[in-house]
Order: sequence, then structure tokens, then C-alpha cells
Amino acid sequence: MSNPVGGLGWLGVPLALLAGAVRGGTPFLFVSLGECLTEKSGKINLGLEGVLLMGAMSGYAISYKTGSPWIGVLAGGCAGMILGLIHAWLVLRPNVNDVAVGIAMIIFGGGFAFFLGKPFIQPVAPQLPSIDLGNWSADPAVRAALKICPLFFAGVALAFGMHWFFRSTRWGMFVRAVGDQPGAARAMGISVWKVRTVSIVCGSFLAGIGGAYLSLFYPGSWNERVSSGQGVMAVALVIFARWNPVECLWASLLFGGAQALGPALQSVGIGGYYYLFNAAPYFLTLAVMIATCNPRRSLTGAPGAIGTGL
Amino acid sequence: MSDPEASLSAPIEQPSVAVAEAGTARSAAFGIRWRRQLEAILIPGGAIAVSLILFGVFCFFAGANPLAVYASIDKAAFGSWYSFQNTLVRAAPLMLCALCTAIPFRLGLVVIGNEGAFVIGGLCATIVGLQLPNSSPLTVQIVMVLSGMAAGGFWILLVGALKYYRGVNETISSLLMNYIALALLNQAVNSWIKDPSSLNKPSSYPIPDAQMLQPIGGSLVNWGLVFGIVACLITWFLIQKTTFGFQIRVIGGNIRAARLAGLPVGPTIIIACFLAGAAPGLAGMVEVAAVQGSASESLAAGYGYSGVLVAFLARQNAFGCILVSVLLGGLLASGGILQRTHHLPDATTLVFQGIVFLTILYSESLYGRWKFFREGNA
Repeated sequence: MSNPVGGLGWLGVPLALLAGAVRGGTPFLFVSLGECLTEKSGKINLGLEGVLLMGAMSGYAISYKTGSPWIGVLAGGCAGMILGLIHAWLVLRPNVNDVAVGIAMIIFGGGFAFFLGKPFIQPVAPQLPSIDLGNWSADPAVRAALKICPLFFAGVALAFGMHWFFRSTRWGMFVRAVGDQPGAARAMGISVWKVRTVSIVCGSFLAGIGGAYLSLFYPGSWNERVSSGQGVMAVALVIFARWNPVECLWASLLFGGAQALGPALQSVGIGGYYYLFNAAPYFLTLAVMIATCNPRRSLTGAPGAIGTGL
Repeated sequence: MSDPEASLSAPIEQPSVAVAEAGTARSAAFGIRWRRQLEAILIPGGAIAVSLILFGVFCFFAGANPLAVYASIDKAAFGSWYSFQNTLVRAAPLMLCALCTAIPFRLGLVVIGNEGAFVIGGLCATIVGLQLPNSSPLTVQIVMVLSGMAAGGFWILLVGALKYYRGVNETISSLLMNYIALALLNQAVNSWIKDPSSLNKPSSYPIPDAQMLQPIGGSLVNWGLVFGIVACLITWFLIQKTTFGFQIRVIGGNIRAARLAGLPVGPTIIIACFLAGAAPGLAGMVEVAAVQGSASESLAAGYGYSGVLVAFLARQNAFGCILVSVLLGGLLASGGILQRTHHLPDATTLVFQGIVFLTILYSESLYGRWKFFREGNA
């Protein structure tokens, strides 16, 4: 073999991108669906980064203690819900700034996760199983790339389910009404406070699951650098996806793929700009926002009352 | 005063009553002001007390004696001249970083790109400083200060321009630019300006010792503290006492009214954002030229994000930023002692910060809640 790149050669790059899209995109998917639900109800949650860290820590710790990664995933979601409750309680009070609470929740959630998670950095917790779709291939690279976590399929189903929820159910309409026209929703007899609280708490539950995926599947360990900003990027990703859950799925795959760009190109010998390629998702989001925003009107699909008071 | 005619006619017909009314109005205004000032002291004070109790409970459950923990924090932060200097060294970058949020906030913008501007300022100052190995220290330092400020200013100027010309949400764009700044830093110290001898922790070539910013008069405190305090004072003066500051406040209050009044909205936003970014850019330069000696990943130590916290805790007031920075600087300085004497992980200070921040934000919703502070019959 004179080819230094491996069995697949240059074909390895698209394969790595595809695998990265699925593997690295799953946490994006869960966090962005959570953020999408929250923003549809008219509130921005910038603190999902803290939820993600807390979910990653709790998931890993509970998986280690109980031996069951699935209980870990559930624990990650529940830890997210607790932080979501605090967040909802704060942002639904008058004169409290969403962004400031978000940053505070990043510090608070991150601090708690690092504090409680310190004893769990060393031990190895049982990981989530994977579904091997690559058994038809003899190539180990293909096999490794097609090891997919069941949570990914759950996330895909959830994206379509949430789309249906917003479009066709009574509760979905409540959420949209509260996010678009809180005054009109109140006139209909909907409690804006309740709908927003439930949306924020459920959104944080999903983000917590995204965190558990980080520590229990990929990268698959708990440390203080387990998240690379997926929680805060979710806010940008939802704007990118125009508040549409199904488009959140495509956007998450794109972001996951973009994250894999640096390592994939390095593996074929283009390593010169490794760190800049790693920042591809951020450049991408910023470019998309510059291209699509307009100072004279809000984005199509944006909830009408987003970021305003209760 | 539901009847407008009565209120209009009253002063004309009965001037003596009007004078008396003006008198009571004045004393009422004084009463309101006095009670509002009391409210402005009691609410944050109460919030801090509550957060101390909450953190105390947390320490108790973590197996440490809360009072002993507070005593250690106090000792590590303000206990001796040495430790107070340590606190001030950490407070300086916080002051400068806080301005990056506090100035645009007056324009109605929530900018959280402090970390990015800090990193870019430090990186550019290093790159420029390394080009001048044979110049006099003062020249190098002035050039580094200017390039750090220019780079940080340009970074946040971009955020302001994107907001004004393209309507891009400034909070999100500044957040993304933090990550882009960090990527540029990592790229630079891993390739373009990498010191080949820095194997474990890739960093730039070091700034020669002679050209480093020296501490002030035999103390540990470096020039960053002077820069920070002066910058906060200038910001206060600029916003409260100048025409430019008035323009900023009008735009922040009502951008349509500002446009109708013919104020130069675009240039004001751009200039204010440049100034806002110049402050953390300067802090980044000081971090390189006085503390670390070279640019590396450890530039992104979180001063920027803590700066956002400081600005909100100080209610976006430049004077308040000085005070809050010193308190938070003390807290940051005490991280090590908590680990050594109480066996609490270093993340404990993060938990403490989070609790304080959340409680104070909660207290924002309490203004005007109690009638006592808004009644005028003092």
C-alpha cells in the first residue's frame, strides 16, 4: 500500500464527514430541538450549555453507579429539567434579562457539573450500545463509521414528531400562539406562564439527553471539556433552521459534518489549517445569519414575541 | 388629577396654593429619591445576603463549615496586602471586560463578545510586539497597547456593524465570534507564531523580559489596574457628561426617536462598539505583556464571560463595574485556598459565582415591588 491515507484514500473524507455528521450531529439535534421548543414559546434559553454539561455529568455518573447507560440518559434529562425549572422561574419574572440569566445558568450549571463530576473523571462508565449498519462491508473504516447510536434515530423521530406536534396538535398550537401573540393567547384563556414554563422545562430535558449522549457515546467520557459549545451554538442553529424542527435535523447534521471537517482533512494530510477548520460551524452560522438577516424585517418563521417580556 | 381642567386652572387662580403644592412636591420628590436610594441599596444587599446563605447551605452539604469557608475566602481575597494585590491583579481585566457589555447596553445592545475581543486583543498585541525585538520597551508597549485596543475594537465594531447594517442579532453574532477568535488564537499559536520549544502547551514566541510591562513600584499590581480604573472613569464621563454619551443614551432609549431627531445612529453605534471592544482588547494585551509573557490557549481563561457577569451585576454602571470587579477578583483569587484547606474542588468558585449571579438577577424583578420605596409622603 503506497497510499498513506488508508484503505479508502480520498474517499475517506466524505465518509468521515458523513459519519461525523451523524455522530457529532446527534447532540446538536437534541439541544437544538430543545431550544426550538423553548423559542417557539417566545423565550431564548442561552443557558443550555450549562444544561448540556450537567446532563453529561449526571448521565455518566448514574450510568457508572447503576451500570445501565439508559438510566444514565434518563438521569441526564432529569438533571436538565431541574436546571430548566430554575431558568423558567427566573426568566418569567418581570425585568429579568434572558441573556443574563442564560450566561448565569452556563456558569451555574457548569460549576455544579464540574463540582459534582470531579470523582467521575477517572472511572469508566458503561457506554450506550451502537447499532452496526456497516456489517456488509469488509473495510474497518466503513464499519466504524456506520456504528450509530440508537439515540440518533430517536432524535430523528423526535424531529418529525415535533414538527407534527407544532402543526397539527392543540398543544402545539398553544405553544405557537404563546410565542407569536402572548396577548391573544391570554385572551383565548391560555396561561402564558404555564405554557412557557413547560416548554422551557421540556426543552431543557432534551438538552440534558444531548449532554448524556456526549458522555455516554461520543466522545464517550466525562471531563470538563466534553462539550465544545454545542449548547450555545444551538441558539444560532435554531435561527439557521428557521424555527422548524425538521430543518433542525438537517442543520444538526450539517454542523456535525462541519465539526468533522478539521480531523477528516488532517487525516488526508491537509493539516495546516486544522484549528480554523474546527471553527467551520461558527463561520457557517455567522455567514448564514449575515446572508439571511435584514434590518427592516424579522426573519421568516421567527416567533413574533421572541425575547419580549411575559 | 383625573380632571385636566382642574389641574390647569388651579395654579392661576390660587398661586399661594400652587407654591405650597410645589413645596410638598419638592419634599415628596426628596422622599421618593431617598426611598429609591434605600431600595437601590437594600435589594442588591439583600440578594447578596441570600446568596451567601444559599452558598453556605451548599458548603454544608459539601462537607465544609460555611463560616470557615467564608473566612478563608475573605482571607485569601482581602486578608493581607499580598492577597489584596493578588485580588487587584485579577480585578483589572474584569473591569475592562465588563465595559464591553456595559457600553453597548446603553445603546440597547446585549453584547457578550468580551472573551473574543480579549483573546484577539492579546493575540494581535503579541504578533505586533514580536515584530519589534530591538525597539525600546516603551515603544513596544505603546504599539502593543494600540494594536490590542484596535484589534479588540474592530472585533466588536464588526458585531455592531452587522447589527446596524444587516440586522444580525448582536448577542448571537458576538457569541459566535468568541469561538472564531479562539480558533484564530489556536491556529496562530500552533503554526504562524509557534515557539518550537513549547511542546506540551503550544504558545507563541515569548515577549522579551525587558519589554514586558513592569509591575507598579515594587508591588505585584501591574498597569492593567490603572488602565481598568481609568477606562471605567472615562466611560462614566463619556456616557453621562458628553454629547456623544447623550446620543448613546437616546439611541438606547428609543432608536426611532433618535432617527427622527437626526442623530447619527449608525456612526454612534459603530464608534461605541469600537470603544467597547477596545477595553477587553487592552485587557488581553495586559494579560500577555504583564502576566503570561506569550500568547497561548490559556489566554481564554474566562475573564470575558466573567466580565458579562460583572456588567450585569453592576447594573451596567461603569463605577459599579470597578467595585464588582474587585469583589469578583477576590472570589477568583480564593479558588486555590478552598481546594487546599477545605478540600473543595476548584469548581466551587464557579458554583458560588452562579448562585450570586442568579440571586442578583432574581432581585432585579423586585424593584418597585414594595410600595414603601415608591411612596412620596416622607
